[in-house]
Amino acid sequence: MSCCAPSAELALDLTSTTSVLPSSQEIRLASRSLGDNLWQTDLSVPTVHCAACIQAIETALGRLDRVEGARVNLSTKRVAIRWRGDSVPPFVAALGRLGFQAHLFEADADKKDKTLAELIRAVAVAGFAAGNIMLLSVSVWSGAEGATRDLFHWVSALIAIPALAFAGGIFFRSAWNALRHGRMNMDVPIAVGVSLAYAMSLYETINHGDHAYFDASVSLLFFLLIGRTLDHVMRERARTAVKGLSQLAARGAMVQRGDGARDYLPVGEIEPGMRLLIAAGERIPVDGKIIQGASDLDCSLASGESTPKNVAPGAAVQAGVLNLTGPLTIEATAAAKDSFLAEMVRLMEAAEGGRARYRRIADRVSALYAPVVHLTALVTFLGWMAATGDWHRAMTIAIAVLIITCPCALGLAVPIVQVVAARRLFENGIMVKDGSAMERLATIDIAVFDKTGTLTLGQPRLVNASSIDPAMLAVAADLAAHSRHPFSKAIAGFATPGGQHKFRAVTEHPGFGIEATDAGNTWRLGRRGWAGWKARTGGEGKHGYGGTVLTKNGMIVASFAFEDALRADAGSVMAQLNDAGVSVEMLSGDTADVCGDVARILGIDRFVPALPPSGKVERIEMLTKAGHKVLMVGDGLNDTPALGAAHVSIAPATAADIGRNAADFVFLRESLSAVPLALDVSRKAGRLMRQNIAIAIIYNAVAVPIAIFGHVTPLIAAVAMSASSLLVIGNGLRLQGFMLAELTRASSATHSGIHPSARSS
Amino acid sequence: MTILVYLMPVALFLGALGLTGFLWALKSGQYEDLDGAAERILRDDKPER
Repeated sequence: MSCCAPSAELALDLTSTTSVLPSSQEIRLASRSLGDNLWQTDLSVPTVHCAACIQAIETALGRLDRVEGARVNLSTKRVAIRWRGDSVPPFVAALGRLGFQAHLFEADADKKDKTLAELIRAVAVAGFAAGNIMLLSVSVWSGAEGATRDLFHWVSALIAIPALAFAGGIFFRSAWNALRHGRMNMDVPIAVGVSLAYAMSLYETINHGDHAYFDASVSLLFFLLIGRTLDHVMRERARTAVKGLSQLAARGAMVQRGDGARDYLPVGEIEPGMRLLIAAGERIPVDGKIIQGASDLDCSLASGESTPKNVAPGAAVQAGVLNLTGPLTIEATAAAKDSFLAEMVRLMEAAEGGRARYRRIADRVSALYAPVVHLTALVTFLGWMAATGDWHRAMTIAIAVLIITCPCALGLAVPIVQVVAARRLFENGIMVKDGSAMERLATIDIAVFDKTGTLTLGQPRLVNASSIDPAMLAVAADLAAHSRHPFSKAIAGFATPGGQHKFRAVTEHPGFGIEATDAGNTWRLGRRGWAGWKARTGGEGKHGYGGTVLTKNGMIVASFAFEDALRADAGSVMAQLNDAGVSVEMLSGDTADVCGDVARILGIDRFVPALPPSGKVERIEMLTKAGHKVLMVGDGLNDTPALGAAHVSIAPATAADIGRNAADFVFLRESLSAVPLALDVSRKAGRLMRQNIAIAIIYNAVAVPIAIFGHVTPLIAAVAMSASSLLVIGNGLRLQGFMLAELTRASSATHSGIHPSARSS
Repeated sequence: MTILVYLMPVALFLGALGLTGFLWALKSGQYEDLDGAAERILRDDKPER
């Protein structure tokens, strides 16, 4: 890292096992042409932090050949590079030299900007109109009369037109959409109230009336739009951060044609029967069969197995698996749309459960609220008609009722709390993708965890380091630095600084280990049977990962034992969840032995091992049927359908792309304490939301009788509406206050929970 | 009363000017990287060559 501590906001604990640098062909595929041989590439650089980072990146990239310019966007943590020519300049390598990891992201960024820009423009127009109309209204309230008042009303009516058309359009469209589908949402009473208020005021203006509600209808829109824009900004920020992580899926692959020619094709164009060349460190793009080469495969994302699998020609491989050590040639047996990955997506869509059925609190409230309000207004109208027979007076009062009950406070009550809560979570490295996710999380009573990659880090840790001769460990660490095998990485973490062993001719034998020579000695680090060719041993692998040794000239000098490292504070998290009244269960694709060990250490009573992806879904559906609300925490491709099936789901940042997209929450830091933290914040937010709704309803209970008896003037309406909105906003901001103390405690725990070994790679 | 005939257009014009200015700034991308802009101001200018 060039300048800032990586543990700040977006401390990504992605180790390089999972982060494969995009190849120049991939970058080429993701670049867009600006015409005239000019290209633009957008890369996500999650670790940019400050002015120094911006400067370092922009200067270094600007110095590269054929690069026209580079511009860093600090808010989205992205860099846009414009370049000329046919081949891609080496920007990823240049960034790597500066200590920044860059990767490509899903290129649908343009869509979201439109909504945000529309919202901000609407806020601006509504703000302008509300400000000016309010000025004119104040003069009317303070006594302007006769022709002056009429003039002010007419000018107000004119200013309100663009505001209603432009800013109100958002609400009218949404309300119309809801009504057309026979539903009710908060926008229906808003749309009805605003347009009736405008129509009535216009009628009054034409007839030289006293009271016009132009200010009420426009400032209502203004307040509501602020809430909506904040909500959108918060969610978009989380989504951008999550999108920036998408790096795991292979975008394309090198295809070897029959005549020996090589082409780089996007994944979608790969057909069964094609031969693909997969270099070490790449992900396998489609299901296939190995034709040539031997290697170790990291299947942890696909199946949940934590031990790398040794493969040879003839073996079948699944899409999404990471090739670790040696180059492979595979024959595609399925197109991308029929591959394992696509199958998981289909399973997930089929399983779409609690989420689709869930209706947000705001919608549930408004489904009750809107009919009540409209009915009250109607009854008021009929009552005054019967009492006085003056239809104009009855109409004016009925519309005043509608205005005073227009759910201004209600429309802010929920979003304001969610924005504050989401911000709090964001600062703690937890991304919330959807406002309703917090509402759903607050209700859960069972948390289901995946094992590999969720409870554990999915990467091995050397457990017997203390019993190994330090000199030998140093040799092994230097050797191990030459390989990307997870075991090597675990050993390489023990390298002694400075004491570099000088090896000559280091070679990696895929599937076996690493060999090097030094001063006439041959060192090997790898499988027992291969490295210790002189040692007569057998069956000593008593540890789970047994069988990795360091040998000198064929004699074993050290043996290494590994264990899948548990996430820091996984045990205390289980206890915290139990305290919060949530029972914990573990579902895994791994073997019963390994699961049993982990369950024992963490104190989990219930676990189900060796489950296929559909098995996890069935288990969750069973729990749901039994009346439970299930939280699923998982990271693998095999967890994705379960993430979709659960009532609410959380994934770590290291999860597979589709898993991360399916989950409602994504946490970026290594510590699992994100789960109880999110639960706690969600529950507190839920409580505040209900309080806010209660405040809004109490306000109505007080204001409505005044309106019904005809005492509401535009001035009273304006004061009442603003007061209730401010009350609700103030109450929502309390979340920031009373969570601060606890969060500082929680976040300090999160920071200390970051594993030093994960950084060493 | 007649003063209003001048003052109201003037007030509205100034307000509209501010609004247009904001919309222009939004359109020209000045709100796209607020965090970046805050940091960039701290950066020294490139030396003239």
